This record gives sequence, structure tokens and C-alpha cells, in this order.
Amino acid sequence: MAKVLVFIDNPGQVLKKSSLELLTIARSLGEPAVALNGELHDDVAAALGAYGVQSLYRPSAADLNDYLVGPKASYLAAAVQTADATIVLTENSAEAREVAARLGIKLGAGVITDVVAVDPDGTAHKSVLAGSYTTAAKATTPVTVLTVKANSVTPEPAVTGTAPVTSTVRVPDTAAAASARITARNEKPASGRPDLAEARIIVAGGRGVDGNFGPLEDLADALGAAIGASRAATDAGWIGHDAQVGQTGKTVSPQLYISAGISGAIQQKAGMQTAKVIVAVNKDAESPIFEIADFGIVGDLFQVLPQATEEIKKRRG
Amino acid sequence: MKIIVLVKHVPDAQFDRHLTGEANTTDRTESILSELDEYALEAALQLIEARGGEAAGHKVIALSMGPAGAVNAVKKSLQIGATEGVHLMDQALAGSDAAATSLALAAAVRHLGAETPVDLVLTGMASTDGETSLVPAQLAERLDLPQVTFASSLELDGTRLTARRDGDAHAETVEATLPALVSVTDQINDPRYPNFKGIMAAKKKTITTLGLADIGVDPSQVGPSGSWTAVESAEARPARTAGTIITDEGDAGIKLVDFLAAQKML
Repeated sequence: MAKVLVFIDNPGQVLKKSSLELLTIARSLGEPAVALNGELHDDVAAALGAYGVQSLYRPSAADLNDYLVGPKASYLAAAVQTADATIVLTENSAEAREVAARLGIKLGAGVITDVVAVDPDGTAHKSVLAGSYTTAAKATTPVTVLTVKANSVTPEPAVTGTAPVTSTVRVPDTAAAASARITARNEKPASGRPDLAEARIIVAGGRGVDGNFGPLEDLADALGAAIGASRAATDAGWIGHDAQVGQTGKTVSPQLYISAGISGAIQQKAGMQTAKVIVAVNKDAESPIFEIADFGIVGDLFQVLPQATEEIKKRRG
Repeated sequence: MKIIVLVKHVPDAQFDRHLTGEANTTDRTESILSELDEYALEAALQLIEARGGEAAGHKVIALSMGPAGAVNAVKKSLQIGATEGVHLMDQALAGSDAAATSLALAAAVRHLGAETPVDLVLTGMASTDGETSLVPAQLAERLDLPQVTFASSLELDGTRLTARRDGDAHAETVEATLPALVSVTDQINDPRYPNFKGIMAAKKKTITTLGLADIGVDPSQVGPSGSWTAVESAEARPARTAGTIITDEGDAGIKLVDFLAAQKML
């Protein structure tokens, strides 16, 4: 049975939904193992057992977070060899993709990013060129490295839980030699909203919000959604750059994408047109966003969004 | 100092983009210099200009790997201000995945650093076609260089490089010693446009064409045979079609909630 190694980097107190998704996929492909970096809290350990993880690997070095990517890739390469894994799964974040990239070179393994589904034979499905094609790709090497997008599967615990066998993986002494050191790290204040890349629902604003994201934030909070923005809105300084969706920002594929005051230039559409359902609110009936919206409202977002927020609250009593 | 900026000739995202042929490679007929590479080029130019520019012996080499048309990305880079251009072109390179691409680029960087060493390799944060962001990290791994990716600011003091990275959960300051590989985001600067003087000056600049033999790479190491991944099938996704469009008559917010309820999104 194939050994499938899931890399989980600094899970914190509780495993993220995307990590549970990776464990669910791992179980469908073979015998799941986890290479963890960072502290192992009780809730995380319990979740690993509930999801059927057989082996748990932890690094001999505690300073992997002090460097950019290189040492994490060295650790993961050692873990793959220790576990004798043939498939490696990571999340699809920028950093995890880079760990996967370097791991691929270290192991001579093919890396496929932005994966949304994996067949039992390791064939990975993804969409390319801004969602205009779906492709099936496969690594031609003994080891396959896949970075999987959030919201790709529904997390499901194993039928029978396990008590993973824990072992330490020796991180090579040379791992940090040619790596950039992180000399300062400032946590950003948490918004309390879901992470944009993982959110099931996104409310995104553009030029039409004219500096006022308030009505979008209210609607997002009523829906449990993340806030996104077009480049016009982030360039204007109305909202942080990390909210940017589109070709030069994040590519997202939520269940529901509500676009408000965004004309839908092709670069913006590129970032979100794999969303399952698209809703658009824009004053300009000629906006290209209406060409791809499942439900479009020609109207003033400052009227429509607050009314929708009130209605949601009313229906929920 | 000697800076190599990787520039890519990519399909213009203003138009529909297509995969073509048996290998499902990207159709590059309507292609331009990748927008995200302009930030890397600008960062390189600012670094050498702050040190006396070409007159002080510093140079920025624009390096592009790709078919014949890719020379246009190099030409545009020269017009913007790069000192010289290098076009890595070989039939065998077509269909290379990130691993094979990074192998060829690493060999090209080594080749260009054979006489005087390369201090810095600069790239954009991603290409606007493949968008995997794998190549900068893989190139750093192959060249055994520290990687400083997604830099939103860049300072250089002697051989010590300091960059700011603006992540989702935290902002970081990172330090590395040259030589290094740096990828920059679109937050780092405002790229300059080629002006008339630049366009005229570019005509006198050299573009060197390199083949695989020049950089010591065997054709079997690149292209489909040197790639570690293969695209098995590609299907054009059916174009999204417009759904219901209504004009607000004072109750569109309520109709929106009706729609969300029907979609089971509440």
C-alpha cells in the first residue's frame, strides 16, 4: 500500500479544515502519515488519530521557522525517505508550494500545484489558464508531490481511529546553510473572518465601493464570509493588499463569490471564475462581470448589500 | 554588481488563452513580457542605479527562456533599461515543466556567471501563464542559493540583503547574504515604461542567443523527456454563461437573499 505523507506546518491549537482535507485525501490514496513542524497540541494529536494517521514524524531541529523554506524542505525530504512515502501532500499556500518545489528537486520528484482532486493512481486534476481549462496531470517519477487547494474535498474522519506511532526525523546539519534568515515577524491583527484562500464564501469589492468596505464587511459577517478586493481597491489603499483576488493576487474557488462594485476586467475574472456560484452587484449594466454571474443585480451596492444583510438577519431571527 | 532578471514571454491575459497540440502546451501567439517581471526588472535597475549604474561597471542581464518569440520579452527589457539580453532557445526546451525549466535556467545562470560571478537572480512572484510559482524556489535549490521570495521591499548593504515580506498572517523581515535569488511582488515599486531614449538605446544593445549545447545541458534533460510531470489530458472548460440579471427596484437585496437561500448558501 502506498505511503502518503502529509506535511502539516505549524498547525497551532487546532488542525485547519484544509489539513483535514489533506488527511482525507491521503487515506483515499494509501496509508496516511504526517510530517509535522511545530508544536503538537492535544487537539491536533487527537484529530490525527481520528483521521487514521498511522505514523507521525517530527523534526530533530526546533528552529525551522527561523528560515525561509530551505530547512523545511530538507526536513520533509528526510521524512519522505524515513517514511518511504511515494506521495506527498501539502496545502497550496505560497510557502507550502515553495517547500514542495524544493522538495521536488531534492527527491527528483514531479510537483503539481493547485490540485483540486486526486485519483487513486495519483493522477491530479487542476484548472489552468485562469480556469479556462481543466487538466489531468501525473508525475512520471517514483515520488509524487501535490499541493492541494482548500475546499477540494469534504473532510471525513476514519471509520476506525488510530494511535499514530511518533518518531523523530533528523534534519541535516547543513539544512540552514544557504537559507535566508527571518529576523523579525509581526503578527497581523486577526480579523476573525475566514482566511481568503480557504473561505467557502467571499464578498469582494472594487472601484465601486469608493473607499467604504463597511457594507461588504457587514454582509461578510452575516454570511461567515471572507473579504476580497480587486486590484483597483487595494491600489487605492482602501484595503490591504492581502485581500486582492485576481491575476496578481490570490486565485480563489469558493462555493459563493459575491462581487460588489467590480467591473470584472479579465484579470479579476481570472482569479475567481472557478467559484461555484457568482453573484454580481454593479451600477453599470454593461460591466463584463455580468457575463459570468449566475445572479446579477444592476443597482447601487450601498442600497442592495445593507438590505440583504438585514434580510439575512431577519430570516435567522 | 551583476544581476540576472528572469523575464518570460507569456500569452496576453487580455485575450482568451489556449492550450495547443498533443503536449497541451500554452499557445504563445499573442504574447507579451509578463507584467509581474517588470517589477523584478525595475528592482534590478534601481539597485544598480543607486550604485552608479553601468558607468560603475554594474549590469542587469535580462534572461528569457522560450521559443523564437520570447526574444520580444528580452527586447522590451532592454528598452526599459536592462544592460544586455540573453535568449535561451532550443527546440528541445519546448514542453519543459518547472523542474526541467529550472534545470535549464540554472545552467544558463552558471554559464553567465562563469567569468564574473552573478550576485543576484531576480524574478517576478509568478508567471502570469503557468502561475505555479515553482521555478524561483527550484532554481534557488539547484543553484544552492538562499531564496527570498515575495519581497515587497529590498535593501542591499554590501553583500547583506534585507527584504520585507507581507504574508497573510504576518509581515516578516528576512536577511540573506549575496549571492541570492529574490522574487518580488507587485507591491515593491512602480515599474518605469520604455521611453524614446530607451527604445533607441536598446537597438545598440546586445542580445546573445544561447542553445542547450552552450550551457552544457543534454536535450534529454529538458522538454517532455526531462520533465517530471506530464499533462495527460486537457479540456476546455465550458464558458460561464450569464444567469439571471435583474435591475434593482428597491428590493434587490431581498431577491439576493432569496437566491442565496435557493442555492442553500444561508
